Amino acid sequence: MLTQRRPIGDFLDGAKAILPLVVAVVPIGLVFGAVSVTKGLSALEATLMSALVFAGGSQFVAMDIWTYPASWAGVGFAALLVNIRHVLMSASLGTKMQAFSGWRRYAAMLFLADEIWAIAEFRAGVARLTPSRFAGIAMPFYLAWVASTLIGASLGAFLGDPAAIGLDFAFPAVFVVLAMGFWKGRETGSVLAASALAAVLVHQFVPGVWYIAAGALAGLAAALWTVKTKAVAA
Amino acid sequence: MTLEINTLLAILAMAVATVLTRMSGLLLIRHVAMTEQTRTAIEAIPPAVLMAVIAPTAFATGWAETAACLVTALAARRLPMLASVAVGVASVAILRAVGL
Repeated sequence: MLTQRRPIGDFLDGAKAILPLVVAVVPIGLVFGAVSVTKGLSALEATLMSALVFAGGSQFVAMDIWTYPASWAGVGFAALLVNIRHVLMSASLGTKMQAFSGWRRYAAMLFLADEIWAIAEFRAGVARLTPSRFAGIAMPFYLAWVASTLIGASLGAFLGDPAAIGLDFAFPAVFVVLAMGFWKGRETGSVLAASALAAVLVHQFVPGVWYIAAGALAGLAAALWTVKTKAVAA
Repeated sequence: MTLEINTLLAILAMAVATVLTRMSGLLLIRHVAMTEQTRTAIEAIPPAVLMAVIAPTAFATGWAETAACLVTALAARRLPMLASVAVGVASVAILRAVGL
C-alpha cells in the first residue's frame, strides 16, 4: 500500500504531461471550427463532430471533401483511411495496458488521438501506465479539442489566418519533438528513414492520405528487415 | 444551431469508422502470438507512424518548414516540449516572413 500512488496524483501528473499538447491543439481546434463553418456546418454540428469523431486529421480531410448535402459514405471511408494508423497505435499501446481491466482498455481506446497515444506510450516506456494516469492525459486534451472547436465555429471568420503567425506548424512541431523521444539507436534511424521516404513518395504521387499508412508500413518493414539480417548474421 | 440529418449521418459514419480503427488493434494483439518479430514490429510503430505523419511537412512543403523541423528537432534535445514547440513555431513564422 505504501508504494501505491494515489489515483488523483497520477491523474494530475498525466494532465501535466499533456499540457503542452493541450496548448498546441487549441489553435488547431479553433481553425477546425472556423473552417467547418465556411463549409456550411453549424457550430453544433462542428462541435458534435469533434466530440464523437475526436480525430483531427480525419476531420480536416472531411472538411476538404465536404459536400452539401453531406455524403456519409465519402467522409466515412476517408475517416477509415486517415485513421487506419490507429490500428497500429492501439495494438502497440494495448501491449502496455496490464493495469487496465477488460472493459477499461476498450473505454480508454475510444480516446486514442495521436497526442494522447504518444504521451501514453512515452509514460509506458518508463513506468506502468495506470488508468488514472491515462485519464489525466486524455481528459484535458479531449475537452480542449471539443471546446476550441465550439469557440472557433462561433467566432468563425474573426480568427484570421493562423499560418501568418506560424500556428499551423504547432502540430508538426509537436510530432517532431515526440519522434525525437522514441530514438533508440541505429534501428530507429532505419525505421524513420524508411517511413519518411515512403510517406514523401506516396504523398507526391497518390492523392489523399495513403501516405500515412505507406510510411507506417515501410517503417515496420524496415524494423523487421533489420531483425532478420541480425538473426542471419548471428 | 441546426442539426441536419445528412450531416449527422456523415458524422456518425466518421465516428464508427474511427472507433473501428481504435478497437481493432486491441483485438489484433489478442489473436497474435508475441514472438520476437511481433515485439520488434510493435516497438517500431511509434516512430514509424509519427514520421509518416510529419514527412510531407518536413520534406516536401517548403524550405521554411524543413528548416523549422530541423530546428525543432535540435531544440527537443535540450528543451522541454512546450519550449521546443514554441521555438519551432517562431522559427517557421520568421522563415516564412523573410520569404524562404
